[in-house]
Amino acid sequence: MRIVAWPCPAPGGTGEEFAIVAVPPASAARILIVPALFEEANRTRRMLVETMRALAKSGIASVLPDLAGCNESLAPLDAQDLAGWRAAMVAATDHFAATHVFSLRGGALVAPVNLPGWRFEPIAGAQVLRPLLRARTVAAREESRSETMDGLLEHGRDVGIELAGYRLGAAMVRDLTAAALPESVAQALLTLDELGGAALWLRSEPGDDADMSAALSARVVADLTS
Amino acid sequence: MHDDTDTLLRAILRDVLGLRAAQVAALEADTGLFGALPELDSMAVAGLLTEMEDRLDIAIDDDEVDGELLETYGNLLAFAKAKQQR
Repeated sequence: MRIVAWPCPAPGGTGEEFAIVAVPPASAARILIVPALFEEANRTRRMLVETMRALAKSGIASVLPDLAGCNESLAPLDAQDLAGWRAAMVAATDHFAATHVFSLRGGALVAPVNLPGWRFEPIAGAQVLRPLLRARTVAAREESRSETMDGLLEHGRDVGIELAGYRLGAAMVRDLTAAALPESVAQALLTLDELGGAALWLRSEPGDDADMSAALSARVVADLTS
Repeated sequence: MHDDTDTLLRAILRDVLGLRAAQVAALEADTGLFGALPELDSMAVAGLLTEMEDRLDIAIDDDEVDGELLETYGNLLAFAKAKQQR
């Protein structure tokens, strides 16, 4: 596994973003992994990297790119929107010659729709926003300030908003408010019920789940060889 | 004597807080939550309420969320059950 830079023309960025790649020799398939969004990405990163390791052992290459403004990216998050992230994931598909896509949670909103693959517990944009808005109202209440989710959302759509340490621009808030999951995708739906393991994306601390990584890898390998 | 709401709520607490099976089974009506469980910070509270909405098919208003709601497991369960009956 190594970290590489790839060309990604994001607003306010350097023209490059980083990605973790795992390329075993003579790999038959290359999977673009689209991470979950915002805080959920941190909570699930170790699990995804372990999944990449397991895939590599089965001779399958994978790449986990940063979304501009997230993780190691130097681009300002508040200049990004969903359309930009979608275009970047298409660019990553081309650059890394990905044959399949695997998305996690809100990552499904920006994964290339035409690429075959999988989406694991996908959620719509409103479901991405809701816990972030609520975390802010809960924190406000602890400090005896009164904020409402509707009020915050309206403000965010006008001028952007900082939620749980993430500075979202107005375009991103508007995009997430409206973003439904793409309906006709070439990707199979994977659920937690089916695979087992813990809902790591809900945890307040980043964690890993070796069983989940193994189950995800096994499912992907089975689908690719069937 | 676990009914459906109780079972679902325990599963949500397990998933959101990363509790072990034994901890989840040991939750009693007077078990303290907010302030008693270090895992339950404001981000986790937000995740907990959002998962309750999704899995119990209820809507939770901002003004329903107060210290009392999250004080004990019994309070949270009573709230969830009352919500489901509406």
